[in-house]
Amino acid sequence: MAELNAHIPEGELTDKWTKLRSSMPLVNPSNKRSIEIIVVGSGLAGASAAATLAEMGYKVKCFCFQDSPRRAHSIAAQGGINAAKNYQNDGDSTYRLFYDTIKGGDYRAREANVHRLAEVSTNIIDQCVAQGVPLAREYGGLLDNRSFGGTQVQRTFYAAGQTGQQLLLGAYSALERQVGMGKVEMFTRHEMLEVVVVEGKAKGIIARNLLTGELERHSGHAVLLCSGGYGNVFYLSTNAMGSNVTAAWKAHKKGAFFGNPCYTQIHPTCIPVSGDHQSKLTLMSESLRNDGRIWVPKKKDDTRKASEIPEDERDYYLERRYPAFGNLVPRDVASRAAKERCDAGYGVGKSKLAVYLDFKENTERYGRIEANKHNIHNPDKETCMKLGREVIKEKYGNLFDMYAQITGEDPYELPMRIYPAVHYTMGGLWVDYNLMTTVPGLYALGEANFSDHGANRLGASALMQGLADGYFVLPYTIGAYLSKELATKPIPQDHPAFVEAEASAKAILDKFLSIKGTKSVDHFHKKLGKIMWDKCGMARNEKGLKEGIAEIQQLRKEFWSDLRVPGSSDEMNPELEKAGRVADFIELGELMCMDALNRNESCGGHFREEYQTEEGEALRDDENYAYVSAWEYKGDVTFELHKEELKFENIKVAQRSYK
Amino acid sequence: MSTGNMNLTLKIWRQKNNKAKGGLVDYKISEVSPDMSFLEMFDVLNEDLVAKGEEPVVFDHDCREGICGACSMFIDGRPHGPKEGITTCQLHMRSFNDGDTIVVEPWRAKAFPVIKDLMVDRTAFDRIIASGGFISVNTGNAQDANNLPIPKVQADSAFEAAACIGCGACVATCKNASAMLFVSAKVSQLAQLPQGQPERYRRVQSMVAQMDAEGFGNCTNTGACEAECPKGISLENIARMNRDFYSAKFVSEESI
Repeated sequence: MAELNAHIPEGELTDKWTKLRSSMPLVNPSNKRSIEIIVVGSGLAGASAAATLAEMGYKVKCFCFQDSPRRAHSIAAQGGINAAKNYQNDGDSTYRLFYDTIKGGDYRAREANVHRLAEVSTNIIDQCVAQGVPLAREYGGLLDNRSFGGTQVQRTFYAAGQTGQQLLLGAYSALERQVGMGKVEMFTRHEMLEVVVVEGKAKGIIARNLLTGELERHSGHAVLLCSGGYGNVFYLSTNAMGSNVTAAWKAHKKGAFFGNPCYTQIHPTCIPVSGDHQSKLTLMSESLRNDGRIWVPKKKDDTRKASEIPEDERDYYLERRYPAFGNLVPRDVASRAAKERCDAGYGVGKSKLAVYLDFKENTERYGRIEANKHNIHNPDKETCMKLGREVIKEKYGNLFDMYAQITGEDPYELPMRIYPAVHYTMGGLWVDYNLMTTVPGLYALGEANFSDHGANRLGASALMQGLADGYFVLPYTIGAYLSKELATKPIPQDHPAFVEAEASAKAILDKFLSIKGTKSVDHFHKKLGKIMWDKCGMARNEKGLKEGIAEIQQLRKEFWSDLRVPGSSDEMNPELEKAGRVADFIELGELMCMDALNRNESCGGHFREEYQTEEGEALRDDENYAYVSAWEYKGDVTFELHKEELKFENIKVAQRSYK
Repeated sequence: MSTGNMNLTLKIWRQKNNKAKGGLVDYKISEVSPDMSFLEMFDVLNEDLVAKGEEPVVFDHDCREGICGACSMFIDGRPHGPKEGITTCQLHMRSFNDGDTIVVEPWRAKAFPVIKDLMVDRTAFDRIIASGGFISVNTGNAQDANNLPIPKVQADSAFEAAACIGCGACVATCKNASAMLFVSAKVSQLAQLPQGQPERYRRVQSMVAQMDAEGFGNCTNTGACEAECPKGISLENIARMNRDFYSAKFVSEESI
């Protein structure tokens, strides 16, 4: 396998993208019509790429496992999307967004990619507004912004607590417009099960029609994986039930390197687990940290109700530890701080695995402002709270409703109880600057790739990256590859590579059905999740990771000998779908532990207990670990590590501090 | 494995595929916790069925936080169950009582054929959006976002219409299986925004034509759709759509 080459353009950081874009080889319009591109996934990255490529004239086939592209999990993103517009006149700039993102990622992301992301961030907002995405506005009619973690400017655009929904519906409408014009062929309820590689290049996929169970062959000049992240390896996460790693993992097994698999984001503000029956966790948007203050009692094992604990007996530990950023420290820092307090015995609620997120002070403050607007001067506390509640409701109404529904408690009256949960994976398929994986013609976009967030993603940056990749990056960079592929005819579907790929997909499905063991897919998934959370979760250590690897290997054996999948493969069979996804999660879980074990440092979301400062902060080792780990699949669940050195030429690498 | 103390009888619609005849089948489930969601209760039931060597109940679901619009159960005669303003995945067992019998059926509408058990085909909604539910703006054609101020009241009203999750509860509850609330939400979102004006009258005509072609029924203003919508999409959108539709047909120069 050749040396890893990230293909970062020469020149000044600020000119790289502009220059590359103007010098990128083009494909002329008549040739575009005969080029077919396969897009797997229809979330922000997939829908925006499919729509844009079709607008440019390419023939596009787009696949999603949901019943409609509008249901991709991007829909559930709540808080917002960052852009360096500087509409608030608070000193924001492309450089500042770039800097915040690199620092937020704990200096483990590629400078050139992140700078490009910051550059195109402003175009995204323009594009979405033009599509009719109803982002929040001020009374003057202009767009509103709010703050998110890890920054000191207000650059986050939003649509109440439903920003992902509105952005995705924008991209979905652009996609459906192309479907209506016949330029995109949409395959819903289809799951990609194999990448077809011919002479080293990606030339198609095998997809299973989930309605009929039929395996279908689809050829294309390039394949784009926009299939999201792999947080569900932990079983409990904020991901949708169907979110999975299968498309990315099959690509990995066909030669695409997997980058930084151990970088997982644990989101600090989620609704705590209520019992064994729990199937998923629900996020409470980071935007709540704008107006909520996080605290625990100062006294250990305090059983009093929150309202009975006086102000001076509350420990606002984030404000205490990080006075400069307070409640708006990045997610990894906030999550670890919550774990630290709970582990030390200060947790609240029945399980003691929760901290308070309290809106009282800001509700009152907003109420006072509202009272003034209504010409009520010197309002009493009750009036303030009443008026303030209206403001909070407008800002976060749907989140408060969701919380009340799940917990049975009224968050307007009581502080929320929250605890960290798996939310996002920074790792993913390794890609070069053009978003191409190590398999020529195979691309990865959005959360499915590893590229822009380093070891920790800042809030409101996932939507930005998904749409940047799909609308503004890939449609340009893919020209470099396709312009050289014009002479290649589409691969006929009876080509041996198709036959072989289909046979291997079929063999796995048949295997699942033939085991006829005693345990359901969920049984194994829950076990895997527990191993991952205990051994490769918020804090990791050498001993635990080694145990984790052994336990996962054992679980894999049990899975393949004792699995029970009812039904058949020629019908709608959700248990069979889940079996395929969990089989891949088990293999991935082992690689995540290996990657975490290899990285003898703490950085961002990867916290190795052996490597921390005296104050308990992550301690990086830039001398030895300033690289991207890119794992190559060597067959039979074995992997070989390759390294891409990270060079920081425009930013001074420093100990990350939010104090 | 569940930790609660509720015992329930479920009458669930089972149907092998879209050609087979379906019917209600009784299931007993015990030790249900009030903290479980309705779908988690189904997870427990399905685990039991798999353990017994039977086929689990097939149903659509994904995000389980009320935003993707996948879940679609008709519970005791109401889409998404007895509570207002939520989807099935947000319904918790504390909304039921020990000893209850609960009837669970799929969405029923000619335009939403049953696929299997509680799963239906809602692709008609995608085809309606593809017929005109968009603003024709290619990537890269946009001006600076703040060059187009939009009054907050108007923007908020467009947002409220845009909150539709495309679940189809409106169709399922309507005695005519009409899709007017769904279609009008998109028409109304875009008609209230300046960006949506150039295609305003084309859009409403195309979308209504596609809605009719899909076999959805007519609107007779009973208002059940609004009452059952988990996102509170307002009937005003239907009025707005009708206004635009008639303007397009009788006044506008651009009828299609």
